[in-house]
Amino acid sequence: MSSTAVHISGLKFSWTPGVPVLDVPSLTIASGERLFLQGPSGSGKSTLLGLLGGVLVPQAGSVRVLGTDLAALRSAARDRFRADHVGFVFQMFNLLPYLSVVDNVTLAGAFSRRRVERAGRDPGEEARRLLAALGLGSVSQLGSMAGQLSMGQQQRVAAARALFGRPELLIADEPTSALDAATRESFLGLLMEECALAGTTLVFVSHDAALGHLFDRCLSLPDINQVDMEPRAA
Amino acid sequence: MNRLLSLALHSLWSRRVTALLTVFAIAVSVALLLGVEKLRTGAREGFAATVSGTDLIVGPRSGPLNLVLYSIFQIGEPTASVSWASFELVERHPDVAWAVPISLGDSHRGFRVMGTSRDYFEHFRYGRRVPLAFDAGQPFEDVHDAVVGATVAASLGYRVGDSIELSHGLGEVSFAPHDDHPFRIVGILAPTGTPVDRLVLVSLQAVSAIHEGWEGGARSLAAPPDVDHAHDPSPPAKITAFLVGMKSRPAVLQMQRALNEYAAEPLTAALPGVALSELWRMIGVADRALRAVAACVVLAGLAGMVATLLTGLNERRREMAVLRAVGAGPGHVFTLLVLESTLLALLGAMAGALLASGLLAAAAPWVEHQLGLSLSPGLPGAYDLAIGAAVVAAGFVAGTIPAWRAYRNSLADGLSMKV
Repeated sequence: MSSTAVHISGLKFSWTPGVPVLDVPSLTIASGERLFLQGPSGSGKSTLLGLLGGVLVPQAGSVRVLGTDLAALRSAARDRFRADHVGFVFQMFNLLPYLSVVDNVTLAGAFSRRRVERAGRDPGEEARRLLAALGLGSVSQLGSMAGQLSMGQQQRVAAARALFGRPELLIADEPTSALDAATRESFLGLLMEECALAGTTLVFVSHDAALGHLFDRCLSLPDINQVDMEPRAA
Repeated sequence: MNRLLSLALHSLWSRRVTALLTVFAIAVSVALLLGVEKLRTGAREGFAATVSGTDLIVGPRSGPLNLVLYSIFQIGEPTASVSWASFELVERHPDVAWAVPISLGDSHRGFRVMGTSRDYFEHFRYGRRVPLAFDAGQPFEDVHDAVVGATVAASLGYRVGDSIELSHGLGEVSFAPHDDHPFRIVGILAPTGTPVDRLVLVSLQAVSAIHEGWEGGARSLAAPPDVDHAHDPSPPAKITAFLVGMKSRPAVLQMQRALNEYAAEPLTAALPGVALSELWRMIGVADRALRAVAACVVLAGLAGMVATLLTGLNERRREMAVLRAVGAGPGHVFTLLVLESTLLALLGAMAGALLASGLLAAAAPWVEHQLGLSLSPGLPGAYDLAIGAAVVAAGFVAGTIPAWRAYRNSLADGLSMKV
C-alpha cells in the first residue's frame, strides 16, 4: 500500500461552532517515521490525537490513516479501525488496575482480532516478550495487578500494550512526563527500538522540546495549526 | 462479548465490597419475594385442605360462606339453629353415607367447644382425605369426656386425665361458667394444621346436659342441675349445623338443591369447596398486597444497584477511556455496564433463591408445627425460576440507566484522561 501512514488535508475542527480549535491545511507522516510533535498545553494536541484515533470527526477536510478516510467510516468502524491499527500511550492512567500486567497488555487484542492474530500463536507469550523487551521481565511483576506498579513500570506496560499485535501507528501523548529524567531516556529508547522492530510509525506528542533531537522529524503544532491559540492559552 | 464479560467480572471483583452489598440487597429482596410466595402457596393449600371428604355442610338459612366460617373455621357465630328432625331426615336418606351433627356455643378459655357425635372422628377429613388421629387417648365415651385439639393441649398444657370446665358463650373471659359440669380429657388430637387444633370436642349429650336449665341463656335458679340427667341419651332438640357425606357425586347436587328448597325448615346446604374458594378470593386481596410489597422490595434493591453503579461511574471514567483507547466503542461501554448490572442481578437472584430455600428449610418444621402450613422445600419450581428470570431481566433493564450515562460520558470524554 502507500508509504504514507497519516495524511491530513484541509482539516478543520471546533468543539463549539465559531470557535475553531484546529485548522491544519496539510500534514503527512511517512510510514515508519518517528515524528515529534511539540506544542504547549491547550494547543489542540489532544484534539488532534482524538481525530487521528477516530474518536473525533473533523467538520471539514480529511484525516487519512493508512489510506483510510476516517470520516467516511461509521463510528463503530472507526472504533474497530483504531483497535486494529493504532496503539495509544497516555501520560498516565493507561492501565486497568484490576487486571494483571499481562492481561493489560493483551487487552489491546480485546477489540481486535487482527491484533491478536499479529501477536503470534501465543498472545500471552508475546505480551511477556514485549514486557521483557521494555525492561519488565520479572515474574513477580507480571503476575501482579497493574495498580500495584510504580508509575515508570506502568508506562512500560502501557507501551507494551500499544505495541501488542504490531499496530501500524503508535500515538504517544506525553508518555514520559510523569517519569524522571533517567527513566525517560531509557523508556524512549526501548519504545523506539520496538517501533522499529515492528515497523510502527511513531507520533510522539510532548510540550517538552528537549526530547526532539531523538526523532526523525520535529514539528510544532502551533506552526502547522492556523488557528491562533495564543490568546486563549495564556 | 466474552472479553467484555471477563472485564465486567474483573471490574466488579475490584469493587467487591459494594458489589457484594448490592448482591446482598437484591438477594434479601428476592428471598423475601420467594418466601412470601412459598408461604402463600402453603397457606392456600392449607386453606383448601381445611376440610375434605365432606360433601355438604348444612345449617340454618344464611350465606354459604357464613355457614362454612362458623362450622369449619370457628369464625363468627351461628345465627340460628337446625332442628334435630331435619338432621335425622337427612341422615336416614338412602343416598347419604354419613351425617355428623355439630353444636357450638360454649368455649373453654378462648377455645371453642364443639358438641358432636363419635362419628366426627371417623368421617371428618382434612388435607388429602386424612382422618383425625390421636396423639394420646381416644374419642369421648362418657358425657363428661372431652377431646382437645393439638393447639389447645399444647398452649394450655393439658394431658389425658386433666379436668376442665366449659363456659357459656364464645368469649375468652366468661361470666357464665358451666362450673357445675367438670369435664375430663380423654383424648388429644394430633396436629392437623386446621381449626380442629383449636377445638374442644365433647358429645352432643354433654352440650345438652350442661345447658339443662339454661334455656333462657343463663342459669335458671328454678331448675338446679341434675347430674343424672347427663346420662340421658336423648338427642338435643336443636343443633348448629351438620356435615354430610353422600354415597355418590351426582347425589351431592341433588341433595343440596333438595335441602335448599326444603319447605319444613329454612336450610342452607353449602358445598365446602365452592365456599372455600369464594373465601380464598376474598383473602387473596391481602395476599396479593403482600406479594406487591415483596415486589417493591425487589425494586428497591434494584434501585440501590442503579444508584451504586451511577455513583461509581465518575470514578470509572478513566477505566472507560482506557477501553476506548484500545478500540472499545461507546456501545462496548454500554454493554459492559449492562453486563455488570445483569451479573449483579443474576448473582442476587441466585443468592436470594439459596437464602430463601435455606431459611424455609430451617423454618419448615416450626411453621408446619405452629401454623400447620407445609412448605415443601425441594428444588426451585417454575415460579421461582420465573421470578429469578424476571429479576435478572429487571437488572438488565435497570442497567441501561448507568449504561446510557457511561455511553454519554465516553462519547464526551473520548480518549481524554484528564478527568
